[in-house]
Amino acid sequence: MRLKEIIDALNLEILNQGDHLDDVVQGGYSGDLLSDVIASTRKNDLWITIQTHENIIAVASLKDLSGIILAKNSVPLNETLKNAKNESVTLLRSPMTSFELVAALSNLGISGKR
Amino acid sequence: MANAESVVFRKSYHIEGGNFQSAGSVSKKIKQILKQLNIDGEIIWRAMIVAYEAEMNVVLYASEAEVILEISPKKICMIFKDKGPGIPDIPLAMTEGYSTATREMRERGFGAGLGLPNIKKTADNFDIQSTVGSGTQLIIDINIF
Repeated sequence: MRLKEIIDALNLEILNQGDHLDDVVQGGYSGDLLSDVIASTRKNDLWITIQTHENIIAVASLKDLSGIILAKNSVPLNETLKNAKNESVTLLRSPMTSFELVAALSNLGISGKR
Repeated sequence: MANAESVVFRKSYHIEGGNFQSAGSVSKKIKQILKQLNIDGEIIWRAMIVAYEAEMNVVLYASEAEVILEISPKKICMIFKDKGPGIPDIPLAMTEGYSTATREMRERGFGAGLGLPNIKKTADNFDIQSTVGSGTQLIIDINIF
């Protein structure tokens, strides 16, 4: 499923479009510990987190993730938005909790299997 | 470290301790080099885990570091040599879950005590030397073949 289709299906807010909207999302990961996320994510994963600082952009960029969804309408720092723009990382947001987002993505067929 | 004769690419970088804004930028430069050299995506993926963890350790704990990237036909070698407090008990620091991170670092999602263990698990060869009050040196190899 393409990222733009997931955005429509889950009504995600686009904070930064980036250049991944046509990516085929291969899977997903949910986590707020950056060491865990850097070690466990795969290329084109969609990452759900409540972390809002700028280092999440570096993680998404280095691991070639499709994008980041900020759960619970978390508000990113200005530096995070700036870095997302500079690095063309797709940054999304939803009022849903991480758990609800995982369930919704699972219903769309996005697997978390490692 | 690779034999001097076999190194096809060598470059050094500088990391500033405490600078969260630019954290990850050295890893990103290394990634660009690896991509330009057409190194397999799976190997780049592993190289990024260790590079980012090592870079974040400098940002979180050291005052600065020099990073040397050496690429030979057989492996990618990254040396992180920092000026910092050093690690008094390396086996303890290598234990999953052990961390000396501050509350602020933990709030940012760091300090899970996974960094050094992640590097060791992901690397093909890993060496750590540290002198308390002076600094820490990591030598990390990722095999290309």
